[in-house]
Amino acid sequence: MSWSRVAPLAPLIGVAVFLLIWYVAVATRFIDPVLLPTPVVVAKSIWNGVATGKIGGDLWKTIQRVLMSVSLAASIGIPVGVVLGASERVYKALEFIIDFFRSTPASAVFPLFLVIFGVDDRTKIYIGAFGAMLAIIFNTAYGVMNARKTRVLAARVMGASRAHIMLVVLLESLPQTFIGLRTGVSISLVSVIVAEMFLGSTDGIGQRVFEAEQMFDMPQMYAAIFCSGMLGYALNLALGLSEKRFVHWAGR
Amino acid sequence: MFGSPERGIEDNAAPTRRPLPASAFKRPHITVRGLKKYFGPNPVYDGFDLDIPRGKFISVFGPNGCGKSTLINLMAGLLPLDGGEILFDGERVSDIRVGYVFQNYREALFPWMRARDNIAYPLKFMKIDKREQERRVEALVTRLGVRIDLNRYPYEMSGGQQQLVSILRALVIDPEVLFLDEPFSALDYEMTLFMREQLQRMFKEIGATTLIVSHDLEEAVYLADLVLLLTRAPTQIADMVSVDSPRPRTDATLAEPGFVRTKAHCLEIFQREVRK
Ligand SMILES: Nc1ncnc2c1ncn2[C@@H]1O[C@H](COP(=O)(O)OP(=O)(O)OP(=O)(O)O)[C@@H](O)[C@H]1O
Ligand SMILES: [Mg+2]
Repeated sequence: MSWSRVAPLAPLIGVAVFLLIWYVAVATRFIDPVLLPTPVVVAKSIWNGVATGKIGGDLWKTIQRVLMSVSLAASIGIPVGVVLGASERVYKALEFIIDFFRSTPASAVFPLFLVIFGVDDRTKIYIGAFGAMLAIIFNTAYGVMNARKTRVLAARVMGASRAHIMLVVLLESLPQTFIGLRTGVSISLVSVIVAEMFLGSTDGIGQRVFEAEQMFDMPQMYAAIFCSGMLGYALNLALGLSEKRFVHWAGR
Repeated sequence: MFGSPERGIEDNAAPTRRPLPASAFKRPHITVRGLKKYFGPNPVYDGFDLDIPRGKFISVFGPNGCGKSTLINLMAGLLPLDGGEILFDGERVSDIRVGYVFQNYREALFPWMRARDNIAYPLKFMKIDKREQERRVEALVTRLGVRIDLNRYPYEMSGGQQQLVSILRALVIDPEVLFLDEPFSALDYEMTLFMREQLQRMFKEIGATTLIVSHDLEEAVYLADLVLLLTRAPTQIADMVSVDSPRPRTDATLAEPGFVRTKAHCLEIFQREVRK
């Protein structure tokens, strides 16, 4: 059998090998089965969690929080980014501040958010939105600022109105805005899950991981970790697909 | 009401074109008077005059950085003047229809639109309904015998095809003046030769006053009725050379004594200016 025929199956092979090594490592007691149960036990735990609706409910809660914080971040970040990008002077004035806060680890501002907003469910959304918003502002502004001058000139020489020229700039910056959204989703997923762990949450996949750890229910903990991984992967995939659909010209 | 598609845009696309008095055809089409343009303290143009006759193909040729692009950008209204005036039959650029083809087609076409919509884009601003826009694009393409798939996006096309789309986009409004800034310099040689022929054919068909900036002397002379040779900045006219070779020009034209002489003459003037 030639490699080219097996190539499409390569990811599956990778998964199979990974599971096999995991299984062997635990079965041979190379790793303590209490710390790392076999894949079968974890799979069962995932199945149980899904069947009883417990993991599903937590997952759904986390998805809601991430989507809300990204929507919040985008609805503020995109307009602000456009305004900043459209005026070089304003951007120059604020560039350092944005870049500084963008580089500040989101987890470092958790306590601040707690003080301001209290231990409220909405605080988790604000925390997720904060980092995401900075990434979206930065990328949108960058995209608008680097809109090709030639296209704007072309639109102008063809008699485009100001509104149409603005539209050209917006479309031109859209690929970069999407990069901001992608980054924003990752940031807000991380922030929301950490917030669910430590901000006295009663639900969410982060809380599920934390609670399982507290009760030393290792199979359930791994199940929750895998589910959060699948969530992250699915969000990335969905964004990638919508990017292909809405900014089909990006990078070409 | 409308002409046949073959007669195309001459009849249909220019309902706004007023009949010109016979004398207008004797007057220069474009007049530049006392043109001034500075970038910082250095004048590129400091009192520049130029007359361009109607319906002619003008090649602009001169040393690097002498202001060729600046000149057509000033004419096309893409840059503000620092002094003087540029008039088209006594009117400002904002009152006439101009087509402009950029050197870098990759950055000038809209990648989010299909070729068809790119070409129709300038018609949007002429208060023409969607159906009529589509009809005009179709008519232009048929008339010029362009064979490309208009349903593709620019990034799905070759460089030559993209530049062809840019040229069609400039022509669809039936421009009174067409500007091209080194339109073929990003194409490979084979495509350049092909595009020259296309442009020559289109010019014959459309007849708009055309200004092209070219850095290839042979190309400049081959395409032109008049070669405008410029000096170094502050820029003046070094010479305006008339090219009398009959059209359509072909490869054989390149070897004709008349053509060779004209080209040699242009080269001589160019070198004199460069050495100054
Ligand atoms: N936006 C600008 N800012 C500052 N200087 C400029 C600008 N545009 C042009 N110049 C200067 O004006 C002069 C003329 O530029 P222009 O681009 O018109 O030259 P060109 O003849 O088209 O040159 P090339 O053959 O390289 O295309 C050059 O010296 C250039 O450096
Ligand atoms: Mg130039």
